[in-house]
Amino acid sequence: MKKSLLALSALFSAAALTLAGCAEAPDAAAPSTQQSTAASSAPSGSATSAAETSAAAEFKACMVSDSGGFDDKSFNQTSHDGLEKAAQDLGIQVAEVESKDAKDFATNIQSMIAEKCNIIITVGFLLSDATVAAAKANPDVKFAIVDDNPASAKGLTNLKPLVFNTAESSFMAGYVAASQSKSGKVGTFGGMKIPTVTIFMDGYAQGVAYYNQQKGKNVQVLGWDAKKQDGQFVPEPKPFENIAGGKSTATNLVSQGADVLFPVAGPAGLGALQVADTSNGAVKAVWVDTDGCISAEKSCKSILTSVQKAMDVAVFDAIKAAQDGSFSSDPYVGTLENGGTTIAPFHEFDGAVSAETKSELEKIKADIIAGTIKIESASQPK
Amino acid sequence: MSESIGSAGRRIRLPWSDVVVTLFAFILAFLLGAVLMVVSDPEIAPKWSYFFSRPSDALGASWDKVSQAYSALVGGALGGIGPITSTLARSAPLICAGLGIGLAFRAGLFNIGAQGQAVVGAMISALVGFSIKGLPLAVHLPLAVLAGVAAGAAWGGIAGALKARAGAHEVITTIMLNYIALGMLGWALTTTLFQRPGRADPISPIVEWSATFPRIEGTQLHMGFVLALLAAFGVWWLMERTKLGFQIRAVGSNPSASATAGMSVSTITATTMAISGGLAGLAGVQVALGAISGATPTPLTAGLVGSIGFDAITVALLGRSRPLGTVLAGLLFGAMNTGGLKMQSAAQTPPDLIMVLQALIVLFVGAPMLVRTLVPFLKARRAGKAPTTQAVAPVASQGGLAS
Repeated sequence: MKKSLLALSALFSAAALTLAGCAEAPDAAAPSTQQSTAASSAPSGSATSAAETSAAAEFKACMVSDSGGFDDKSFNQTSHDGLEKAAQDLGIQVAEVESKDAKDFATNIQSMIAEKCNIIITVGFLLSDATVAAAKANPDVKFAIVDDNPASAKGLTNLKPLVFNTAESSFMAGYVAASQSKSGKVGTFGGMKIPTVTIFMDGYAQGVAYYNQQKGKNVQVLGWDAKKQDGQFVPEPKPFENIAGGKSTATNLVSQGADVLFPVAGPAGLGALQVADTSNGAVKAVWVDTDGCISAEKSCKSILTSVQKAMDVAVFDAIKAAQDGSFSSDPYVGTLENGGTTIAPFHEFDGAVSAETKSELEKIKADIIAGTIKIESASQPK
Repeated sequence: MSESIGSAGRRIRLPWSDVVVTLFAFILAFLLGAVLMVVSDPEIAPKWSYFFSRPSDALGASWDKVSQAYSALVGGALGGIGPITSTLARSAPLICAGLGIGLAFRAGLFNIGAQGQAVVGAMISALVGFSIKGLPLAVHLPLAVLAGVAAGAAWGGIAGALKARAGAHEVITTIMLNYIALGMLGWALTTTLFQRPGRADPISPIVEWSATFPRIEGTQLHMGFVLALLAAFGVWWLMERTKLGFQIRAVGSNPSASATAGMSVSTITATTMAISGGLAGLAGVQVALGAISGATPTPLTAGLVGSIGFDAITVALLGRSRPLGTVLAGLLFGAMNTGGLKMQSAAQTPPDLIMVLQALIVLFVGAPMLVRTLVPFLKARRAGKAPTTQAVAPVASQGGLAS
């Protein structure tokens, strides 16, 4: 007994010594900036009056992730950035829950309703059923769903779909990928065969085909057959989180000769970045959803460009609209035209992409917006 | 986690010692969790660096953080009718699968395949649920439940038969059957039988309302929890009041002696695995047919069952393979899951930390000897007041495997 008492007290004093330094306390008069968290307290900006701040502080915006989690360096994370921006700029309260698997979706949304959220944003196509059901059951709560425009939501006035025509930007990415390929083969793979994934692959393949048509080349696309609407996908279960699976799928494509990879698989795409990083520059990657040079900066040396989906902007706008009363259930469709989807700067490959290609890309962008280039994908938002 | 009832009166004794140890297990886990919470918080940790010049900063911030998180955990699990029903609902599948695993333990079998059995159960009950239309609830629901349980029993029975006939070790066969079940589900979801019309991704249609468990409006509780309790009672009755139960226990403690006594060890092994699989199948049924208030039942996807089959192994071990213990352990897990959600949504605790905290609690509850060693007061108590009870609370695996 004595021995364990001693051990216990020794443990505590050791812990105390490690944890408790003797540094100077910061000046109490000048509170450190990191003290006010966006999540719990509204920043009292000088622009907003006290009354406005308190009204804003009563408004609560909430978010439910899909199984990728908010740190997926991809679409959950980008959407979450929009929520954080809303907390900072609008001074509202926020809350968030991560889903581990499909059976969590409904209960997680329910927990947010219990938290008395004014608007609940669900991230991802897979939450569609649960979101529609919750929106029907809770007409007083506003909902927005990223990446789906569910047909079953027709007539619901409290559900706003936030969708993106990423086929347009993927088309540009496919074009530049084809121009950068030395082997004459580019590859892509998806996380799951769902429209929000295959739309990227459709656009990419058509961008490559357009390059071939314009330049009289024959660059092949591995991993996606647009006609059959089938291709390479990361193995189940939890394909979006399966980084090892992403890596083996990417390795497979590289061994078939692909030298520009376009993983459309959330975190699992990091496996493709690993393959590119270790290839000594032989393999490049095109990242999805966010600018990979920012979200996965360690791999920037392998990232040719990224197909960006401005979910953060769409989420922020939906929250802002819900707060100031201008919320509507009309779907938001992000396009090249309204900046909802773009391709990211070339960063380290800026020198490698020729001025000619860059000007061609500008032309392509204008043509897509004008409608002279038609992109065909069954997955495009209508 | 008392075992005075589970072991059917063999050891009639007030389990105060167990209760106190369990209580301290919680306290220790919460203390350790609090330290982790403080250390991992980027805003609080720096405040400890000037602890000696102004301790109030560090202590105040730490206290706020920890108390907020823990009150969210407790409030989220037990504070009011909503949280309590949610806890009950979440524990139901864990109890069912835990009962199955515990039953197998008592026959000396390690059923690692509850996951696969639950997947098959969910798959078949959902199939019956969405493909048959127009039946009244009184017919459709029992049909779907029975189909799911039968599928789970068949899946478990395969491992049992392989063990009985071919001597294949059930740990290996059940693990392999898990993969097969998952692969089968993934494939089935691409066929017209299972895939929702108009969708290219692996997702099933939504189960008909007539095949879902009746639920209490405004809560998350559905009839599945009642089924779980009935199953627990059924397992207790089977083990303690029937010939088969006696045989299962006998085979579990000494197969050779049982064979000498004229029992067919292989038949009993196969039967036990089938019953065990049926209970795990019921867990899958719970997930597939249980809809919370204000939501449709979750359609069948590859990830629907989650990790219930594996969590249930812990539940069974923690419940010492006894029905009552399993129910209590399942409730504990259900409460941790529900409270964890609130910790995330209200106190903004990262979900990874919640998982660590849950694991810590299970670790301490499951290792009473460790608690006794760490808390000197308990050791003294045991040495002074109850010197004869060596095996007051046997380590979970012992209790599970060797009794």
